[in-house]
Amino acid sequence: MPTTRVRLSRDDVLMRLGVASFAVVLLVMVGLPLWSLLVKGFEDRDGNFVGLANYISYFSTPALFRSALNSFHVAAVCTLIVVPLAFLYAYALTRAVLPLRWLFQGVALIPIFAPSLLPGLALIYLFGTQGFFKSWLGGGQIYGFEGIVIAQVFYCLPHAMMILVTALSTADARLYEAADALGASKVRVFFTVTLPGAKYGVISAALVVFTLVMTDFGVAKVIGGNFNVLATDVYKQVIGQQNFSMGAVVGMVLLAPAALAFVVDRFVQRKQVALLTARAVPLVPRPKAGRDLFYTLFCTLVAAGILTILGMAVWGSFIKYWPYNLSLTWANYRFETFDANGWDSYTNSLVMAVGAALVGTTLTFIGAWLAEKTRGFHLLRDLVRLLAFLPMAVPGLVLGLGYIFFFNAAGNPLNFLYATMAILVINTVAHFYTVGYLTATTALKQIDPEFEAVSASLKVPIWRTFARVTAPICLPSILDIAVYMFVNAMTTVSSVIFLYAPDTKLASVAAVNIEEAGTTAAATALCVVIVVTSAAVKALHLLADRFLLRRLQAWRRR
Amino acid sequence: MNPLPYLEVRNLHKRFGDFTALGDISLDIAEGEFVCFLGPSGCGKTTLLRAIAGLDPQTAGTIRQKGRDVSALPPAQRDFGIVFQSYALFPNLTVADNVGYGLASRRQKRPEIVARVAELLALVGLPDAGPRFPAQLSGGQQQRVALARALATSPGLLLLDEPLSALDARVRLRLRHEIKALQRRLGVTTIMVTHDQEEALTMADRIVVMNQGAIEQVGAPQDIYRAPATAFVADFVGAMNFLAGTLDAPDRVRVGGLAFTCLPQDGLARGAGVRLCIRPEDVRVRDLPADAVNRVAVEVAELDFVGAFCRATLKAGDTALIADFSSNLMRDLGVTAGKKLDVALPPDRIRVFAA
Repeated sequence: MPTTRVRLSRDDVLMRLGVASFAVVLLVMVGLPLWSLLVKGFEDRDGNFVGLANYISYFSTPALFRSALNSFHVAAVCTLIVVPLAFLYAYALTRAVLPLRWLFQGVALIPIFAPSLLPGLALIYLFGTQGFFKSWLGGGQIYGFEGIVIAQVFYCLPHAMMILVTALSTADARLYEAADALGASKVRVFFTVTLPGAKYGVISAALVVFTLVMTDFGVAKVIGGNFNVLATDVYKQVIGQQNFSMGAVVGMVLLAPAALAFVVDRFVQRKQVALLTARAVPLVPRPKAGRDLFYTLFCTLVAAGILTILGMAVWGSFIKYWPYNLSLTWANYRFETFDANGWDSYTNSLVMAVGAALVGTTLTFIGAWLAEKTRGFHLLRDLVRLLAFLPMAVPGLVLGLGYIFFFNAAGNPLNFLYATMAILVINTVAHFYTVGYLTATTALKQIDPEFEAVSASLKVPIWRTFARVTAPICLPSILDIAVYMFVNAMTTVSSVIFLYAPDTKLASVAAVNIEEAGTTAAATALCVVIVVTSAAVKALHLLADRFLLRRLQAWRRR
Repeated sequence: MNPLPYLEVRNLHKRFGDFTALGDISLDIAEGEFVCFLGPSGCGKTTLLRAIAGLDPQTAGTIRQKGRDVSALPPAQRDFGIVFQSYALFPNLTVADNVGYGLASRRQKRPEIVARVAELLALVGLPDAGPRFPAQLSGGQQQRVALARALATSPGLLLLDEPLSALDARVRLRLRHEIKALQRRLGVTTIMVTHDQEEALTMADRIVVMNQGAIEQVGAPQDIYRAPATAFVADFVGAMNFLAGTLDAPDRVRVGGLAFTCLPQDGLARGAGVRLCIRPEDVRVRDLPADAVNRVAVEVAELDFVGAFCRATLKAGDTALIADFSSNLMRDLGVTAGKKLDVALPPDRIRVFAA
């Protein structure tokens, strides 16, 4: 029996070409750099293949291997602290009646807008050798394990909290009514309804926190002291000792747990889907004096902690000479006195962030659209999807290292990109690609899958429907992606630290350099500038969402 | 029927891996006909519709439309308009822009488009809806806009994929008549997919009953209802009694201790296990002649009040039989639970299928 081979329409041809180009682009942005990194781990300094020699020397050097254990230790402890804390906070936001709920939610999100250096710097002001509360440590010091843990709790809390808020707000009120009707006790309801419902959220939050702590560079760099972790080791091997092969090996060791956590998370998320039903009735908390008071106090305490760290950083950045002369000054904001680039690094960051927002939004949205809507062509579409997921599993430092090896290789025709602003944009987009892609995919899946069928029946080219219908409908998500890219481009340190040139140095990197040179106040000031900028952009986004979009999208109103 | 059918489907197959969604479907549809694909969910009716549209192409087989082989053409190169259960209206465009969506890309002049849109909106009974957005309309109104949009480019074939399933009962009844009247007026060849037998019976010129990827029967609504070709059709369309029995003679079926006369059955062996079928409304109670054929003494075991009539469960020994009694009959004969009655099963109303 002859099988039908369907002829391709012009739309089909264009979209397949699009998918193929995306496969190439993503290979260059993600696949090949990682491959270069993998290969590098098996080479000696001169590029000769040496098999597992680097790995053997890594695992037989106690100083290096010690860092891996340190990383695991600190990541595990942070996870154990952050997840319960974030769970209670998220529970308060979703299941209790809080006064000024929006304020509590907003405060807990602040750390997202800061480079991870910031909590470390604030802790130095509070507990460092010159710290206000140094005596509290009773002869101990903040540099090392304890400092990293406190700073990471600040830094990771919003990530875990957002996941848990989502998990807890998908609760079905009918389950609680049923439990009530059956006379179940509060404790029993918590363990049989609440916790199972949020189970996957808890696992997901734990994996995210673990990975963030494992792979973060900024905190350990500032406040780690002699407590070495994998992320600082990569930096030391590459920047300090110029030992790229060993850097690659440490990178691979860093990649393994992150990739494993990612795979487990995908597996868990797949299960989560079956849990939600379309007919669920949302749970709306009713006031209850005792519970609400408890959670208000708890949230106030956590929010106060966050604001103390942030406030300390802001205050510290204006102080003339900590802790001897507490008068206020703008001197720390004259960056030209601390770093050759001065304020230029901030301008660079803005340019890079705007570029990443534009390029990243365009790529992730069109990429997701092509992967979703192309007819047939399954193999390449799956490849594009896989490459879009990959960056989530790859720590920034590892990706940045891969970029050195790939783009700086002698024979690479893309070599001209090395040490340009373009490579910083490309790297940042690649680093944060997955979340943008997932946001776009979710938005696209929410719109009627038959729009393309209708367009085809009306003989309207598919790109026209993309421009007139699909993209306008997804505008809120497109803005979300753009702001996400911008904020992350402003705050990221890890992956760009290997890729900047003297004239493309970014603010976050300059902060690391300034701090390294020993000027805590100026480094803090630069971090404050970054926080203010990304928070302002986010605030602008919220305003636009509220007023502008509402007017542009009158069609959403019934 | 015309010598050349408008749509010719020949030996169509559709497989998803090992699963056969459509197995060797052949079907002719005449120009101007209203055909319903009827069947339970998963029977392949939507798959067949989407293959005809080219949205999910068949694995093998041919489709000809007006003599042109369209089997391998992408949807954009075929001639059809389509309406989905979800309406698939563009939410960010006004009703007028939705209806004119296919016209704008045909390089028609603006005043022409405006006039055509107005004409179509009047046709579907929404002359003033033009400037509104879909979300501001009711479900029934949205479905009419979707219909107007599908008809805007004057397609030769109109495909309706469960167009009424998302609407509430009253609106559904009204739209049934409106769609049918509109189709008759325009004379556009129409295929509608539905799982609602009543919808198919009231709207279609011909019904294609499908089950497990195959066609069970094709026929006019009356034929499908009165003379179901298979036990599946008999069961799926309308209510039906199924009595297990044995074929004693070509025109005799034994059910438990009872014997029934039916029309002569060819193709079934004597002694074969069979199922005797009769519709509940065909069970006669009134004016039975003394020598009535298939007369059975029964007792009313249960009565379910359904509104206009009562559905009675009758027992004759171990054999249970469902019969529909009108309110009149109930009153006249004083039917109550436990009452003993004589009923007859008219032989020309009995269908016999292999067990």
